[in-house]
Amino acid sequence: MSQAATTAGAAPAASVATSEQYNYAIIKRFAIAAILWGVFGMAAGVWIASQLAFPFLNFDIAQITFGRFRPVHTSAVIFGFGGNALFATSYYIVQRTCQTRLWSDSMASFTFYGWNLALILGVITYMMGITQGREYAEFNWQIDIIILVVWVAYFMVFLMTLLRRNQPHIYVANWFFMAFILATALLHIFNNIQVPVGLFHPHSYSIFSGVQDAMTQWWYGHNAVGFFLTAAFLGMMYYFVPKQAGRPIYSYKLSIIHFWALVFLYMWVGAHHLHWTALPDWVSTLAATFSILLLLPSWGGMINGIMTLSGAWDKLRTDPIMLFLITALAFYGMSTFEGPMMSLKSVNALSHYTDWTVGHVHSGALGWVAMITFGSLYHLIPRLWNVNLFSLKLVYVHFFLATIGIVLYITAMWVAGIGQGLMLRAFDQYGNLAYTFTESVVFLHKPYVVRAIGGGFFLAGMLIMAFNIAMTVRSGIKAEAREAQAASAEARTA
Amino acid sequence: MKHESVETNAGLLIILTLAVISVGGLVEIVPLFYIDDTIEEVDGVRPYTPLEQRGRDIYVREGCYTCHSQMVRPFRDEMLRYGHYSLAAESQYDHPFQWGSKRTGPDLARVGGKYSNEWQVQHLIDPQSLVPESIMPGYPWLATTPLNYSDIEARMIALKRVGVPYSLTDEEYEANVERFGAEHARMFDIRDAEDNLVGQAQAENFDGNPGTITEMDAIVAYLQVLGTMVDFSAYDDGHFAEFR
Repeated sequence: MSQAATTAGAAPAASVATSEQYNYAIIKRFAIAAILWGVFGMAAGVWIASQLAFPFLNFDIAQITFGRFRPVHTSAVIFGFGGNALFATSYYIVQRTCQTRLWSDSMASFTFYGWNLALILGVITYMMGITQGREYAEFNWQIDIIILVVWVAYFMVFLMTLLRRNQPHIYVANWFFMAFILATALLHIFNNIQVPVGLFHPHSYSIFSGVQDAMTQWWYGHNAVGFFLTAAFLGMMYYFVPKQAGRPIYSYKLSIIHFWALVFLYMWVGAHHLHWTALPDWVSTLAATFSILLLLPSWGGMINGIMTLSGAWDKLRTDPIMLFLITALAFYGMSTFEGPMMSLKSVNALSHYTDWTVGHVHSGALGWVAMITFGSLYHLIPRLWNVNLFSLKLVYVHFFLATIGIVLYITAMWVAGIGQGLMLRAFDQYGNLAYTFTESVVFLHKPYVVRAIGGGFFLAGMLIMAFNIAMTVRSGIKAEAREAQAASAEARTA
Repeated sequence: MKHESVETNAGLLIILTLAVISVGGLVEIVPLFYIDDTIEEVDGVRPYTPLEQRGRDIYVREGCYTCHSQMVRPFRDEMLRYGHYSLAAESQYDHPFQWGSKRTGPDLARVGGKYSNEWQVQHLIDPQSLVPESIMPGYPWLATTPLNYSDIEARMIALKRVGVPYSLTDEEYEANVERFGAEHARMFDIRDAEDNLVGQAQAENFDGNPGTITEMDAIVAYLQVLGTMVDFSAYDDGHFAEFR
């Protein structure tokens, strides 16, 4: 434990100077914002999960009905929690690995205020019923423009920092971040081509319709997962796993191969969300094929991450931050196996439209994205404020709450999804449908209750993290104030 | 070329990444606009009337797609439960598409005509009063909120820009008469949008309240037209299989 304390919370002595060498202020802001959005977004998730189990919780209030609040949950966790964490870690990693200060403090600040303004506007407008009706791209057209401007600024900051690097090589984590920035821009632009009703009218209509609109949306939708929630978090993994393990990445060659394979293959697989629909079969088949292929680079990344720990496996016993990082990779491996399996047309015929999909998303989102983020933030935040983590014990508590929560969540969703899928396709001995749709809804009640409880566990872990981080930051601020006082006293005596 | 040259050159990294990530979308999306068979040739599919379109806007606003799909798949159980599988042609005027991805409630692609207007109104106000096991939220405000149709012309003009054949000129109107018949073509004329909307709401009185045109009128008008445009009895079994 004491050894873990030194590795987990160690603040290098040189870090007093680093606050001038690097722009840490911006990273601090993004890191705190990520935690706040995490608390809010996950609470929203528990809320809508409870609504499905106990529908009276909709209270006949338009602003908080499931339909309007579900995008609040998804946007808050994906773009609020995930997005702010990605800004924080990418700005940290690009500075550390390029050994240079972030380009333009004001542009970096702009990305912080712009991004979070867009998200807050998004939450408010969703509750007002302003939405594009495209999953994970519900922001209306005016907010889309804010996001686009912020994204261009982000690209500029990241690129200009890369160009100012004091290292000949661009570290592998930065390739992933760059691919994420480029792909997200491409997806955001082409999935949000809309004709507004008027210049000041919040509503707009998608330029595409029907089948083309569906294909564009799911090309976007799956790559929001592929690039926003995977490639970028792999960037996070490629820095924080070796750092926390104190070892170099397992295989340099593997990182090259799986990077290019991953970014190439992901863009093909979106249509597996549209199997058996009115989308032409040839697209569906292509998407399924590439989904299977995608297993290889996904597992390449997982193996590269987990094997980085070879020779230091004992850290899993002593370092809860390492536990988060390695468990995240294990969930990454599991959900990237489940995904290709669900993209097979025969499996998809059963799983599509059911909670199995929801469970799959959450094994990725909670197991991979959130776990790798927790681990990274626990590593990062003490270094930003130059203090030790307030409590490593609470990190353990967080880890176990989160893990129990995920297991409850995904098993409940397997039961719900596979159960409902089987019920809806069951026939009686006369060849009639064996169950009505309503009977399947009745069956879902118990899994829905378990899922809400699982979500509650995960949220409880998140709250403990918020407390732990708040205490850590507080002691950091106090220490800073003491140092400043001592310095001024010294200056007086001198 | 050694990989080192990519690792040491940010510009090259960007260009190669952009090239690699563009292929998938180009191959899978662009042909959908050019291959004729993508959208089946079928009679009956028409744009929405102004009232139906406003109902569709409300359907989107309330996030109905988060629990209901509008896409019947070609399986025996789905065809027994919902009806003929959905055609691409049937959503060709849907901006945005609302095929959905999750069925917490049943598919709605062919809900039109399945229940009476009274049932739909009562069910939207208080779903559990008709289906006690339902977990759908109530939408009582739809019945009390007057429908805002002041911007209906602007909405139809925007939809016309993205390809819905609403008419603004006599020629466009005549073309619609040719294509959809005089009765429908009148409904698609933007110049009469407001009158058409009010006329349909008053004539059919979807919400059972003839005094005001409410959001309930609009959404029930939309729900009642879903999946009813194509007369499948006019086609042989398996006729549409060639398009799949």
